[in-house]
Amino acid sequence: MTAGQLPRWVDLGLIPFLNLAAAFLVSGLVVLLIGENPLNAVYYLLLGSVGSVEGFGYTLFYATNFIFTGLAVAVAFHAGLFNIGGEGQAYIGGLGVAFACLALDQYVPWYVTLPFAVVGSAIMGAAWALIPGWLQAARGSHVVITTIMFNFIAAALMGYLLNSVMKKPGSMQLETRTFEDGGRLPFLNDIFPSAGFGFAPVNLSLFIALIACGLVWLLIWRTKLGFEIRSFGANATAAVYAGISPVRITVITMLISGGLAGMMAINEIMGSQHRLLTDFVTGYGFVGIAVALMGRAHPVGIILAAILFGMLYQGGAELSFEMPSITRDMIIVIQGLVILFAGALEYMFRPALIRMFAPSRPVSA
Amino acid sequence: MERARSDGRTLLIGANDNDNDKVSGLGERMTGTAAIELKNINKSFGPVHANKNIDLVVKKGSIHGIIGENGAGKSTLMSILYGFYQADNGDILVDGKKVTIPDSKAAIAMGIGMVHQHFMLVDNFSVLENVVLGAEDSAMLAGGLSRARTELKRLEEEYELRVDPDTLIQDLPVGLQQRVEILKALYRSAEVLILDEPTGVLTPAEADHLFKILEVLKNEGKTVLLITHKLREIMAATDTVSVMRRGEMVATVATADTSMAQLAELMVGRSVLLRVDKKPAEPKAPVLEVDNLTVTDSRGVQVVKDVSFNVRAGEIVGIAGVSGNGQSELMETLAGIRRATRGSMKINGETIDMGSSTLDAADMRAKNMGHVPEDRHRMGLINSFSEYENSILGYHRDPAYSNGLFLDLGAIKKNAVGEIEKYDIRPPNPMLKTASFSGGNQQKIVLAREIERDPEVLLVGQPTRGVDIGAIEFIHRRIVELRDAGKGILLVSVELDEIRALSDRVLIMFDGKIVGERGENADEGELGLLMAGVEDKKNAVEGDAR
Repeated sequence: MTAGQLPRWVDLGLIPFLNLAAAFLVSGLVVLLIGENPLNAVYYLLLGSVGSVEGFGYTLFYATNFIFTGLAVAVAFHAGLFNIGGEGQAYIGGLGVAFACLALDQYVPWYVTLPFAVVGSAIMGAAWALIPGWLQAARGSHVVITTIMFNFIAAALMGYLLNSVMKKPGSMQLETRTFEDGGRLPFLNDIFPSAGFGFAPVNLSLFIALIACGLVWLLIWRTKLGFEIRSFGANATAAVYAGISPVRITVITMLISGGLAGMMAINEIMGSQHRLLTDFVTGYGFVGIAVALMGRAHPVGIILAAILFGMLYQGGAELSFEMPSITRDMIIVIQGLVILFAGALEYMFRPALIRMFAPSRPVSA
Repeated sequence: MERARSDGRTLLIGANDNDNDKVSGLGERMTGTAAIELKNINKSFGPVHANKNIDLVVKKGSIHGIIGENGAGKSTLMSILYGFYQADNGDILVDGKKVTIPDSKAAIAMGIGMVHQHFMLVDNFSVLENVVLGAEDSAMLAGGLSRARTELKRLEEEYELRVDPDTLIQDLPVGLQQRVEILKALYRSAEVLILDEPTGVLTPAEADHLFKILEVLKNEGKTVLLITHKLREIMAATDTVSVMRRGEMVATVATADTSMAQLAELMVGRSVLLRVDKKPAEPKAPVLEVDNLTVTDSRGVQVVKDVSFNVRAGEIVGIAGVSGNGQSELMETLAGIRRATRGSMKINGETIDMGSSTLDAADMRAKNMGHVPEDRHRMGLINSFSEYENSILGYHRDPAYSNGLFLDLGAIKKNAVGEIEKYDIRPPNPMLKTASFSGGNQQKIVLAREIERDPEVLLVGQPTRGVDIGAIEFIHRRIVELRDAGKGILLVSVELDEIRALSDRVLIMFDGKIVGERGENADEGELGLLMAGVEDKKNAVEGDAR
């Protein structure tokens, strides 16, 4: 909202960089405190996430999830809505993927199943966002509250379905049967065998995510609907003046947002796990908020931020393997610091930078 | 004044050593020493040089007016004095001593108080609580409050600023809310009182009363800085007037030695037409007929009461009234933004039952009704959008600007460039964020958007609020041109001069009702009385204190 006070490169480049630097500085101190060398830690983190094609494949796999959930948050953000329910919407989106795969995988090849899975995940995710969206639009119940509540409802619902309805007969695991080839997306390693992606689960969904980025860009900046969404988000009173219905925009935006979150399930369920299982979302929905904030709710920014968080996920796993005193929990602390500085404290350096860059320079009038 | 100083001073946060210095300085007021002296103040915002080498001497115990167009730098200068901004260079002297004012707290400590254009009051707090807010002298409220009550009573008596300390702000009319703002400043031991456009929300009679209060303050030795763009007020209230133009202080003269025409010329740097040049109206058939319209707001209060009138093609109907008497709600209802309780409206021959209508602003636009809203920042524009995006706000579904689902950016920008040329919108850059335009140019963006769609009926609210004189002329001319093209125009303005200059007929609104109708050359005094609720003038002005 206050953008424009600062040069573009500061707003889009320097501020995210400073946030990141601050996060790593504090992380470095934490690493130092437990008696390890922070530079070593950085080395392993980078080695693990981008040091090999296979490692980078993992990074991209996580990034795919973050792109979807980041886009979901970003679209809602443009309408001034804070969709915290990506977690639940993605979880329920998994149902849409599973329905398509379970129904079709034995009869048709994956590329026939895929459109159904995409549409199914989007519809299920959107449906999960519909009620909070409608409650906000018609009743004024805040989406932050309702979407969080719907995350819990989603968990309970999925627990019930996987336990009692969809479970593979005779299994102790809360999961469906494994899909046949018709319900599995090709891994990048299958598409580019010589590239060396190895066992990395990165799959065709990456391209779906990139296409989604393009479509979201078109939607927000090139369509009438996008204009209405942005108008409503920037100034709701002016939007009403312009004949834009707040109810309509709120509901439609939440549907799109939920649909994008739901599509995350394509990557996890059809791309990697090949079965629907409990708790496959594990925080991707929440991290999407940080991704969207850091990416300035712009698809290009979201891709970059998603890759960064992908690196933290993958590199972090590698790091805790190489430096056992840095436990898995420590990695979560570091990720949390990045989220803290890039998300919650996003504007921490802003006032100082405004003082540095915006102040009166002697200008020829 | 000495009596005022001797009691109760110590319980005020604002009263520190600095303050005591000024007490001793008070004796010199008759000798005409400077309460405030600004030397060579400069302030730039990016490429905008808002204040250029400003020198200003404000004599102690005087009412000093600062006049200038919007954007002339008045507010910036006062913000520097009140510590909101820091000057790039230059000196500020308070009572002859060089000071730095890092924030408003420091300004208050130096005895500088400010009454903002938009009141800084908590609506659901009482007068007393608002006065004390931020100047509580202990952690527990009770003791401080009772001491504050005594102090407030003394101030009220001394300055004839009577307000019931236990009334909630939301129950007070704006004139009295302003009084609370003044009391707040006095309670903090203000010696210099800055009033920023204080009459924007007042009736002429309330404004006159305010000037009387200022006179009392002056006689008690306070110094008043009156910021305004209204020439009449300067002439009526001030001893000395400084004129600002484009960031520079172009003149400081004794008010008695100057005239409105001279000041207006100084403000814009050329002579200006204060009257609108227009031919007599040639009204034809009604294009807008409103019958028994009643509107209830969200609190269940009737804000528009059984209002009926019409607007004919080729005439400008002005609605005069003090802000907050239902005009805004009336306009919003006609524009499809607000729902009516009952009544009907006939536009271009089509009757709409307003009580059951679900037509929104887009539907009303489709019926050829344009709307320039009263508040362009809140409603008429989206400040974070580019100029070209704002140039289609409300018309973005028009096939001329879209291809199916998509916006036709080429057509939109072409249209925006055309409007920029035709309306002389500066800077002429459709990609620029709307927030970067000056008030007058922002208003031109709105006006261009609404007028260029060739509406049959145009609702115009406060077309020149916060707009400089040069742009006012232009905007008025456009509105008259639209009238001459045979369109019906409904104008709402709290500027009586504007209503009188533009309107072919004047309706007067008070308390949600239309209380009178006058012709083209309505008498200003009479309009003023009607606006204040005619039968009981005194009551509307002063009696509402209780």
